[in-house]
Amino acid sequence: MTELTQLSLSAARDGLAKGDFSAVELTQAHIGAMDTHRDLNAYITEVPELALERAKEADYNIGQGRAGALEGLPLGIKDLFCTEGILTTAASYILDGFTPPYESTVTANLKAAGAVNLGKTNLDEFAMGSSNESSYYGAALNPWKKTGDNSNLVPGGSSGGSAAAVSARMCLAATGTDTGGSIRQPASFCGIVGMKPTYGRCSRWGIVAFSSSLDQAGPMTRTVRDSAILLSVMSGHDPKDSTSADLPVPDFEASLTGDIKGLRIGIPDEYRLDELDADVKALWEKGITWLKDAGAEIIDIALPHTKYALPTYYIVAPAEASSNLARYDGVRFGLRVEGDSLDDMYVKTRAAGFGEEVKRRIFIGTYALSAGYYDAYYLKAQKVRQLIYQDFVSAFKGVDAILTPTAPKPAFPLGENSDDPVAMYLNDVFTVPASLAGLPGISVPAGLSSGGLPLGLQILTKRWDEETLFRVAGVLEETAGFSGHPFDGEG
Amino acid sequence: MTFLIKGETETWEVVIGLEVHAQVISNAKLFSGAPTDFGAEPNSQVSFVDAGMPGMLPVINEVAVEQAVRTGLGLKAQINKRSVFARKNYFYADLPQGYQISQFELPIVGEGTIILDMSDGTSREVGIERLHLEQDAGKSIHDLHPSKSFIDLNRSGVTLMEIVSNPDMRSPDEAGAYLRKLRSIVRYLGTCDGNMDEGSMRCDANVSVRPVGSTELRTRCEVKNVNSVRFVMQAIEHEARRHVDIYESGGDIQQETRLYDPNKGETRQMRSKEFAHDYRYFPDPDLLPLVFDDDYVESIKATLPELPDEKKERFMSDYDLTAYDAGVLVVEKETSAYYEDVAKGRDPKAAANWVITNLFGALNKKGISITDSPVSAANLGKLIDLISDDTISGRIAKDVFEVMVEEGEDPEFIVDERGLKQIRDTGSIEAAIEQVMADNSDKVEEYRGGKDKLLGWFVGQVMKQTGGKANPGMLNELLRKKLSP
Repeated sequence: MTELTQLSLSAARDGLAKGDFSAVELTQAHIGAMDTHRDLNAYITEVPELALERAKEADYNIGQGRAGALEGLPLGIKDLFCTEGILTTAASYILDGFTPPYESTVTANLKAAGAVNLGKTNLDEFAMGSSNESSYYGAALNPWKKTGDNSNLVPGGSSGGSAAAVSARMCLAATGTDTGGSIRQPASFCGIVGMKPTYGRCSRWGIVAFSSSLDQAGPMTRTVRDSAILLSVMSGHDPKDSTSADLPVPDFEASLTGDIKGLRIGIPDEYRLDELDADVKALWEKGITWLKDAGAEIIDIALPHTKYALPTYYIVAPAEASSNLARYDGVRFGLRVEGDSLDDMYVKTRAAGFGEEVKRRIFIGTYALSAGYYDAYYLKAQKVRQLIYQDFVSAFKGVDAILTPTAPKPAFPLGENSDDPVAMYLNDVFTVPASLAGLPGISVPAGLSSGGLPLGLQILTKRWDEETLFRVAGVLEETAGFSGHPFDGEG
Repeated sequence: MTFLIKGETETWEVVIGLEVHAQVISNAKLFSGAPTDFGAEPNSQVSFVDAGMPGMLPVINEVAVEQAVRTGLGLKAQINKRSVFARKNYFYADLPQGYQISQFELPIVGEGTIILDMSDGTSREVGIERLHLEQDAGKSIHDLHPSKSFIDLNRSGVTLMEIVSNPDMRSPDEAGAYLRKLRSIVRYLGTCDGNMDEGSMRCDANVSVRPVGSTELRTRCEVKNVNSVRFVMQAIEHEARRHVDIYESGGDIQQETRLYDPNKGETRQMRSKEFAHDYRYFPDPDLLPLVFDDDYVESIKATLPELPDEKKERFMSDYDLTAYDAGVLVVEKETSAYYEDVAKGRDPKAAANWVITNLFGALNKKGISITDSPVSAANLGKLIDLISDDTISGRIAKDVFEVMVEEGEDPEFIVDERGLKQIRDTGSIEAAIEQVMADNSDKVEEYRGGKDKLLGWFVGQVMKQTGGKANPGMLNELLRKKLSP
């Protein structure tokens, strides 16, 4: 049954429809893969019994001819989505034992479409990180290894568990969330497709908040088609989220025409950084050629405020986080460490409950919002954020999509950036600008580094133009012909 | 009306600004669908949003917005068609999110005015600086357990309007008049029930003093969360005297937050400036700016009732009432409606006198409001009619009114049943006069001898004889005729 886990989401969907196999078999196969690869620590919580129960229902529904769009398809859910009756941790000790009595809108949409939830995937604590190493439950590992080197690599982050699980065939697809690159960068590191929709496309209701003006849910899949299928179900207007857009959801799968003739693709000069890995640079050049050969017009564009994106992000995101994380105070749920007074209880609970990276960001954010510093940091950052958005608006007057690398380098060994937060933050240099601008972005696996590690290329389009995004991504995927498998080298 | 504090070295004037938190009458909380009934079981009116659960998001309640705009219009204030919700960050056990959603730089309502009606009939204008919407916090209960506190989140997320005045008031009386007027306006508008004892209107008073004639604003202290008009007035007076004492003994006032203890009649320190919170306000990223257009404002304006100031003007011009009487009658919407029912088709001044002097007196004595009045407006109107058509005298009317207050009956019925109708029959009055004259022939002689003053005495005697029912005009005329030699 191993081969069932090798199917794409769309192939599994078609197989179920044709009755080639049952949802229970499909789910069982993935539960087996979860057992086999438990060393990757991709899941924080596994719910095999619930999954099989759901799969049985799915088989019944399919038999009755009333299958939902994702009927019987087993998925991994990033453990930042609140799931009713299932432990939800945000990979933080402070949410110790927290089982929500409610279901996030995105996972409720998936449930309603018939999807099977296999479990909650690992992530950086509160989605803060680019390596999954800040998880209270230990780092998830990248299923990929460098050729001839057995050291463990990070899967990227924060949606590292989802990326590892999708890559290692421990689910057909997974949900992620992306605040500054948390879907796209791990997708690049693990050789899968990671898509962040336009801010407002997916409801944030029921997703543990990190940075409210940046957080977006998105699909993590092995193919662009799967990404489009999953996004169609995840997205949609939600009156419970004031920032969710009241727009119709297009049939994203239908946008995969395979034809990009005449589309104008922008190449931003500002992304040609010194830090850029030679393999990444070479792949980017190849990507440009592929799109050109497919009939697109390549245009050089300027995004002059790009260099301010990271510093801006590291003001805005921690500022919002410092406020969003104030509710973890030991009073109502999760961890409480008793103290002599209310303040003492707060101090002890939060000191014990939050990890180092989360504390660092709460400090940064609290500082940036403090009286006397607000104007210089937070307000200035908001102004720069607007300029960065304007850069894109201007650029999109002349182009339909932008092609960039996803991350400046391939996956790195565990511990490599642990002592250097700024080096860690540089992982997001290409993903953060689109996050700040609220644009949709997708990372498509496009090749291997000289060390045999997957590399992704990123496509960006203007707000609400996911259709062009998928259209270009489909062509890039096809021309790149990435067929890498993480365990190929293991014999 | 001036309130000045005479010190050893100077005469001081007090400068007062008030911040009122008014709970909005609404179907639900500001950002969640939870209900807002007063006095419900603890923690029975709490949604996941109000409890600050992970992943929960606020969604603005449109009714709350409408009520804020309505109140702004009632305060003749600038309505801001674009306003922004901001987070006010601080930790407390009854603040589940770790921040209060409020408005900071861009409130929904800007500058407005309140006209104070002082007890001497004069009026004074006080500027409103702003009105903004915000969430209430929950309630901490510290006295149920020796070492633990209990938290009730029913109030968490309830909509408040914070209404901030300019430092325009100069006496405790003015502060009291301000609160009463504000309460009157929000009650007319139906935006807040104004019940300070239930906590649906709470007041923070900012108080400072300065030598008379000076225009400086000295350091102020904020007396927080005072829950009755009387206590606010007392707290201000105490606080002002405390400032004067400190200045006169060479000291300086530190900016701080204080609490008023109504039992001791004094304020005490709650939080000094060093421990003042840095609230780290920033626009709430979970909420879009609140934007509406002129049509929206106009549609609310079209439904505004006649407000106390306009009603007062109308009562003065239509009914020829004094400013004081008109002012008293319009404080409560119910009172003014009652008055208009009584005054309709009758002498409006007589109606005002009956309502203000007799009815208010009786209601006060019984401690009930006009909506529970045993005397209906229709019945009070009938009573006035009975006087004006000479069925009863003004004096008898007062007795009838007493019966109406106690028994709630129709005055015509009372007059009939108790035989209180005026005697207008010449023969009966003459008979009574003759009887009195026969019994007091000496007095008749004295009168006829030129002692005119005795006429009044005869009137009284005849009235007594008729049980007070003789028509006074007829009695006077007949008596004069009979007594003349």
